[in-house]
Amino acid sequence: MATPEPGARIARFTLAERLLHWLLALAFGILLGTGFLMSVPALEGAVPRPVAKAWHIDAAIGLAVGVIVITLARARTIGRTINDLERFDRDDRTWLAQIPQRILSGTPAPPQGRFNAGQKLNTAVVAGLMVVSYITGILLWYGERNTAYRFAGTINVHDDVMWLLMILVAGHLYMALVSPHTRAAMAGMLRGNVDRAWAQRHHAKWVADVDRSGLPVDTAQRPVRQVADATAKSGRDIASHEEQ
Amino acid sequence: MADGAPIPPVAPDHEPEPDGLPERPREFRIGRAAFLATVAAGVGGIFLGPRLSKFVTNPISGALPSSLGDLIPGNGWRIYNVQDPFPTFHPATYRLVVQGEVERPVSLNWDQITALPGASQTSSFHCVTGWTVDGVRWEGIRAQTLIDLVRPLPSAKYVTFRSLEGPYVDQLSLAQFMLPDAMIARQMDGGPISRAHGAPLRLVIPDMYGYKNVKWLSSITFTAAQAPGFWEVRGYDIDAWVDRSNGYT
Repeated sequence: MATPEPGARIARFTLAERLLHWLLALAFGILLGTGFLMSVPALEGAVPRPVAKAWHIDAAIGLAVGVIVITLARARTIGRTINDLERFDRDDRTWLAQIPQRILSGTPAPPQGRFNAGQKLNTAVVAGLMVVSYITGILLWYGERNTAYRFAGTINVHDDVMWLLMILVAGHLYMALVSPHTRAAMAGMLRGNVDRAWAQRHHAKWVADVDRSGLPVDTAQRPVRQVADATAKSGRDIASHEEQ
Repeated sequence: MADGAPIPPVAPDHEPEPDGLPERPREFRIGRAAFLATVAAGVGGIFLGPRLSKFVTNPISGALPSSLGDLIPGNGWRIYNVQDPFPTFHPATYRLVVQGEVERPVSLNWDQITALPGASQTSSFHCVTGWTVDGVRWEGIRAQTLIDLVRPLPSAKYVTFRSLEGPYVDQLSLAQFMLPDAMIARQMDGGPISRAHGAPLRLVIPDMYGYKNVKWLSSITFTAAQAPGFWEVRGYDIDAWVDRSNGYT
């Protein structure tokens, strides 16, 4: 592989991925803030409870609708994201198993794809916690109207999920904004591309995949047949467009 | 490798692994397992939560000052107050005043209160905001005991409960106060009522939402006229029957 020129960049996130990310960030901020307004005694009365509650529920609904709409509108790119996130190969397993050695003695990490194994695991856990949040939130909401939906543990689980998500998000913010090793990734979520040399150090297998496929990031890492299908489909789209 | 030993054929596209097996693109369902385990733990927690937290969270939150303990979720209760800090109970100076449309108003000190005959019950506590704590054990004084003590006049139709927490007040009809499972609680779950739960005395009326269950009681007044309580002037129902008020059907 030719040495890239200094300052070279590589596309990491599509617009749809970034939209999903920032929608989630905004909704999580509103949900956390309004949740605190309703549950922290010191904040009780700062905003009328019904107002905080309406924002809380609206943010949850808005997030769910937004996720569905973006996913359906850009099914291919989001499908690829999910594909990248849910596949753990041998290197990923090694990456996870070596976390203690890496922290204690600086063992170099095995080469990683577009997402490292920690990011993949984090995504899976956060997705699970979000599902639990929605289940408990809906139970709390409907429990007001019908006692059949009331379970004594619902609010505990809703609270515990909030604490776990806060811990994970705090670590996420530290890596995105503070840590000099990982801060370069922030540009990917803002502009869509990251410093190529940084990507080479942290996500070598992904950079190699992009180079090998010679395709723009949007279609890299997919089996050739799917790429061909996609090309044929867009060709058909153009054709049908011309017929109209 | 010894001379003459046959060299195993190697497929041109695959590097042999150190263990001699050809590389196969293996996948591990780590993400899926983590996702499903998280969801399963959460759903299980909905049913196990309060039972687990009795062992885990209560000793932790109980050891912390109430201002911090209230930030620790997990024991099923959510503490609401309308004014900080929580009132403090001083056994030497505490008085419960029972007054109003009665023949014999009294001001009871803590010794006199503990000397009154008591009753015990286990009941659920429902909050209007949607949470429930089942199996709360209460010990306290029934309405009839107080009625025998102060002898309300025929004009007494309502009972007003005022809290040591400045603005908080609420009211029951005399008939509601005399429900068989309503009481002025002196103990909760086998011990004194904690500061967060309304030490030293709180009203307990399990058939109604928590905002009728006035904490930190300072006075009980028998009256002829109805007056809405703290939350009732803010839009909540006066008769806060569980499942049959505040828009619940």
